Amino acid sequence: MKVSVDADKCVAAGQCVLLAPEVFDQREEDGVVVLLGETPGPALHDAVRESAMVCPAAAIHLAES
Amino acid sequence: MNRVVIVGASAGGLATAETLRRAGHTDAITLIGDEPQLPYDRPPLSKQLLCGRWTPDRLDLRSATDIDALGLELRLGARATELDTARQVVTLADGGDVSYDALVVATGARARRLPGTEGVGGVHTLRTLPDALALKERLRPGRHLVIVGGGFVGAEVAATARALGVQVTLLESGPVPLALAIGEEAGRFMTRLHHEHGVTIHAGAAVTEILRTGGELTGVRLADGTVVLADDVLVAIGSAPNTEWLAGSGLTVHNGLVCDEYCTAAPGVYGVGDVARWHNPLFGTAMRVEHRTNAAEQGMAVARTLLDPEARKPFAPVPYFWSDQYDTKLQAYGHLGDHDEALVLDADPASRKLLVAYRKADRLVGVLAAGKSPKLLRAWRALIAARSPWTTALTTTAA
Repeated sequence: MKVSVDADKCVAAGQCVLLAPEVFDQREEDGVVVLLGETPGPALHDAVRESAMVCPAAAIHLAES
Repeated sequence: MNRVVIVGASAGGLATAETLRRAGHTDAITLIGDEPQLPYDRPPLSKQLLCGRWTPDRLDLRSATDIDALGLELRLGARATELDTARQVVTLADGGDVSYDALVVATGARARRLPGTEGVGGVHTLRTLPDALALKERLRPGRHLVIVGGGFVGAEVAATARALGVQVTLLESGPVPLALAIGEEAGRFMTRLHHEHGVTIHAGAAVTEILRTGGELTGVRLADGTVVLADDVLVAIGSAPNTEWLAGSGLTVHNGLVCDEYCTAAPGVYGVGDVARWHNPLFGTAMRVEHRTNAAEQGMAVARTLLDPEARKPFAPVPYFWSDQYDTKLQAYGHLGDHDEALVLDADPASRKLLVAYRKADRLVGVLAAGKSPKLLRAWRALIAARSPWTTALTTTAA
């Protein structure tokens, strides 16, 4: 799984950080998403998929092999 | 489980379908939507799309390839008109019947209209992509837009229209715009922003007449006799759940499809998104949440229940919403609308900083913020999720 984020679309909801704090963080100044790792381990895949789905800006993209 | 039929192809319906597939449901899934487009995102309609920064293709929730990969029976441009729960059949506007083993009602809500304004030229609502494109076409520098309704849609469009150089008058029926949703003090904070940006605001205003000359809209008349000139009018007076097609189905409809804490409306029938009024056990009350995040979360929750009914869990989220107006982003967690007290902990219009805590009985039930750090907001959210007593919450966050 390869994760990418669209910082321009991000609305700083932080839902991804609640679901997968190992993979996502937020910039302190404006809350915009920070991707901590593009290729999270299998144990995190479900949480990352859930993050992509609940992201209110549809700003998380997944490429699954 | 066999055939799952999802009526409503927006964020909630799509999340249901996607979660079902991802978790291994291999039987048929039918996704029915009354709009012809592939599922798209609505929050940008009043902002990025309306101001012209984004083109419509950026609103797609999934690419056509991703949708194809889900292997759905996709019925777009098809409106459901009737439900027979005894025969387990949904009837479509074209007369076709779709039978189901499990049904997900995700038909959303539509913009309320002012009586007698349907189809009147120059009068707009904003709920769909065509709505937004039609309004966008009309927003030109120097034109005058009257917005009826000081809720989030009205306030966001006011901000977007000002950025485009449009003259904006906002008509609010209550004393303060946004107060119904976030309380009077927070509403005043936002009202001040709108004043600073040149929006004319009439509070306590009721529109009695749309004025026209030679077929062209020229303005509106208010109950006190005031005439406000306008080239266009946006009616933004809230939304109504799309439940008419459920009449006669035996399902309980009361400002939304009434569901229990598992989002179940009847055996095998579930509600998702703006249309669903479900019992949220975290707050101990029924609620209908018209926010983007909730639609996806509820769709995922219902999909999990469908896949493993024995392991079903109550749907007990902390609702979240945001609103972008000018350079200010409001963010909120919790159930704000029904509060007993809105306590302003910080309000500095100059630096655009705002923090409001909401109390219901002796509990913290919500927080609203602008210009605050994400960590702080997450701490407040955790307190709401933990059902923190009001006094404990205020002590904890003050520390």
